[in-house]
Amino acid sequence: MLDLTPKEVKERSALRINPCKTCQPVGAMFAALGVAKCMPHSHGSQGCCSYHRMVLSRHFKEPAVASSSSFTEGASVFGGKANITTSVKNIFEMYNPDIIAVHTTCLSETIGDDLTSFIIDLQIPEGKRVVHCNTPSYVGSHINGYFNMMMGFMNYLTGKTGMPTGKTAIFPGWVNPGDIRELKRIAKAMKVSTVFFPDQTGVLDAPMNGKYEMYPEGGTPIEEIQNLGDSNGLIALGEITCIEPAELLEKKWKVPFTLLPLPVGVAYTDQYVMALQEESKHEVPEELEAERGRLVDLLLDSAQYTIGKKVAIFGDPDVVIGLTSLALEMGMVPRYVITGTPKEEFTRKVEALFSQYATTGCTVKANADLFELHQWIKNERVDLMIGSTYGKQIARAEDIPFVRAGFPVIDRYGGPLQPIVGYAGGIRMVEQIVNALLDRFDRDVVDEDFEIVL
Amino acid sequence: MANSRETLLEKYSAKVYKNRKDHLLQLAEGDKNAAIAANTRAIPGVMTARGCCYAGCKGVVVGPLKDVLVITHGPIGCGFYSWGTRRNKAKTDENTDKNFIPYCFSSDMQESNIVFGGEKKLEQAIEEAMELFSPKCIMICSTCPIGLIGDDVQAVARRTEAKYGIAAIGYSCEGYKGVSQSGGHHIANNGLMRYVIGTGDKKPKTKFSVNVLGEYNIGGDGWEEERIFKRCGIEVLNLFTGDASYEGLKSAHLAHLNLVMCHRSINYIAEMMKTKYGIDWIKVNFIGVEATCKSLRDIAKYFNDAELTKRVEEVIADEVATIKSDMEHYKSKLNGKTAGIFSGGSRSHHYQVLLQELGMKTIIAGYEFAHRDDYEGRDIIPQIKEDADNKNIESIVVAKDDKFYKETYTEEQIANLKSAGIELDTYGGMIPEMIAESVVVDDYNHFETDELIKSMKPDIFLSGIKDKYSIQKAGTASRQIHSYDYSGPYSGFRGAVTFARDVAMAIFTNAWPLVTPPWKNKPMLTGKLKEVG
Repeated sequence: MLDLTPKEVKERSALRINPCKTCQPVGAMFAALGVAKCMPHSHGSQGCCSYHRMVLSRHFKEPAVASSSSFTEGASVFGGKANITTSVKNIFEMYNPDIIAVHTTCLSETIGDDLTSFIIDLQIPEGKRVVHCNTPSYVGSHINGYFNMMMGFMNYLTGKTGMPTGKTAIFPGWVNPGDIRELKRIAKAMKVSTVFFPDQTGVLDAPMNGKYEMYPEGGTPIEEIQNLGDSNGLIALGEITCIEPAELLEKKWKVPFTLLPLPVGVAYTDQYVMALQEESKHEVPEELEAERGRLVDLLLDSAQYTIGKKVAIFGDPDVVIGLTSLALEMGMVPRYVITGTPKEEFTRKVEALFSQYATTGCTVKANADLFELHQWIKNERVDLMIGSTYGKQIARAEDIPFVRAGFPVIDRYGGPLQPIVGYAGGIRMVEQIVNALLDRFDRDVVDEDFEIVL
Repeated sequence: MANSRETLLEKYSAKVYKNRKDHLLQLAEGDKNAAIAANTRAIPGVMTARGCCYAGCKGVVVGPLKDVLVITHGPIGCGFYSWGTRRNKAKTDENTDKNFIPYCFSSDMQESNIVFGGEKKLEQAIEEAMELFSPKCIMICSTCPIGLIGDDVQAVARRTEAKYGIAAIGYSCEGYKGVSQSGGHHIANNGLMRYVIGTGDKKPKTKFSVNVLGEYNIGGDGWEEERIFKRCGIEVLNLFTGDASYEGLKSAHLAHLNLVMCHRSINYIAEMMKTKYGIDWIKVNFIGVEATCKSLRDIAKYFNDAELTKRVEEVIADEVATIKSDMEHYKSKLNGKTAGIFSGGSRSHHYQVLLQELGMKTIIAGYEFAHRDDYEGRDIIPQIKEDADNKNIESIVVAKDDKFYKETYTEEQIANLKSAGIELDTYGGMIPEMIAESVVVDDYNHFETDELIKSMKPDIFLSGIKDKYSIQKAGTASRQIHSYDYSGPYSGFRGAVTFARDVAMAIFTNAWPLVTPPWKNKPMLTGKLKEVG
């Protein structure tokens, strides 16, 4: 496996090998699936839409509906106005969504299609809506596409009436439905009335009941997006994923925001709980404190197996920052921490974590790829890898225990239904990490050291 | 069932109806010559299952070449999505000095490359690839922006050849070209024909050597075929292009016979090799026990060698005996069940044969990107009108090769072989094999899939990942027929059993009866009828 990867690391300026990111439009599609009765629409060639639906379905094991402008060579020369016009008409007639969320592709961006003016000229049925955002694939990563689509919805829909909704807006960041359910449960325990945007629960974890619904019960209602400007406040989770939409909500509609890291592990979940407390001025309920206590208890119980263990963490910036914090709480050494997303802020956040825990000798890099990570590992091994499915090649090549987390996880089942966030998510991750290390220990030890009790 | 087509079409607006009516057929009894519209533009917004030209070129044909370093020239997405996602299995062999299959290479274009051109970055990427891997062949696959900004990947390929003394091929397979993946297949076929096939001199070891064209070794299908061929004494020079190598393909022109599995994606090479080298091709099908037997017998008839024919019959007898009880077991479970199949451009035909052996009826069959000849047979080709979209895909013309052209049979002998039932240098298409009242759909979309399942209620639907979960949510067993749901191989004798097992597993999964909670069927209020008298 990966036999051709040399140990010697050479700086590359042009060739990307085994990427740790993908392109913007899939992020826009994912975000749009978190809006109620929404059809994501890809303004470009059919292949983009097909690929994005494929990777989303493979990760969530759920239908991921989306349509395409089906560009041909002619459209690429003359512009895609006719394609979007036909698309919108057909989508409303055939698939009857409440809203179509258009995102661009590198094709429509390169030819300079002006979606703003195209959409003004559309004939949109009464009560229906079409919004858009620009997602040039050659800028940033899928994370940009996710927050650009959020801002697209807000720019088109959000307003301010001056009548407070009494709700706190929460931007959950790019996480699984299982995470959003956990974030909601904590908010409810803290007696905060919330609106989550976007919200893929119900949509990308729809229950099996023998009936296919194109728009399953779930997603942020359009009305709630319209009312975001009247929110009491905003808690934005994921300092890299959510900063731009948070700033937009503050700038345009004067909603103050608290920007927090994704609540993975004890400290970051504490921050989330306290931010909720700020909103509700409510005591932290005993049940939540007990849950926290159980996670800390587990950390102490298992610490002897995790302290000093070297781990490589890779994936999307905010998930990786959260997992790095958890790893440090477990006493592990986050030897290599990378994201493919080109955001230098990531490096600063992770370095801050290193110094907070007085950890030295660890490497962090944004705009990195898995080929480079593999080369580093060849030079200095780690005891564990945590990240998306594509890490499995390195884990196999170097025989390293591997815990899956982040996006995409396309070779395991049930993950998207469960959290990595919150105290409950922390317990789940610690169990997985400790089990992975102990399974390896049990596999490797000689018979006389093979213990019944650990 | 009889009006499924009309019921479906009636729901369309006038404009969509006008377009779609010719792509949807419901076959009448004995209707072997039904005509269908195909290989035309998908209607924007209809949720077609189709992909793009890049997907056809890089994803399907070129990507599986294991010793080729394939660079996707463009922003990161296209390379990422086509990385390890198709199950074209490959292993290192004597032709493979380096196996690049686990890797994804991209020029990862940024905004400045779009504005100022990406050739420099591509050349830098190639330089880095040479330093790291020194491959003997580099292929460059273009994504949408490349043609638009005017990067010349062919020129870069020529400069790469000159600079490093290796082979380099540039493909202008921008996603927007053509109407589906199909254009990309053609572009890839052209490249292999122009620059690869015919440049090698590795001679076959036997007098019964074949290339299996259109075999992508999904789930190891090609290896099951190779296993059977080996037993028969038939030498496989190349699987095209599953588990294939640049090194092997170079000498593909020295084969005695070409076999065509996926007609759609590779018929161009089959035809061009016939013209250029005189190599005949047989349309084979290794999906299904009977189909596999027939294909093997056809090959034996073509080679017309008593010893080979005897071995083929022995292998068939042995293999069939080995799987007989398994097949009977699954047939007893599946007999009378109905199926729908939507695939790319050949499998919907192939799998009907196997389903039939299992006692199942295929009532819906469709293709994403097939042409009329895949539905109606190659005889229709002269009648197919070219449109603006097809014209953008180059058709290359090849001439007889002075050195290597060699005819095995005279035209008369070929005619005789054909009349003996061998699909030699031709293909009869899917429609003639289909049963009355079944529905044929070209360029199927989400709406049609949903509606047809509702009205025709197949017991299982075989399609792709984009449809899989919506079909399953509706309560119909569903399996991916592109990726085999990570199972397989499905070809040959052993594959037939694996397929039968998987279909039975999908239909009879213990979780199906759990879908409806018990309280749904239980009245809320209970009481006793008062006894009378």
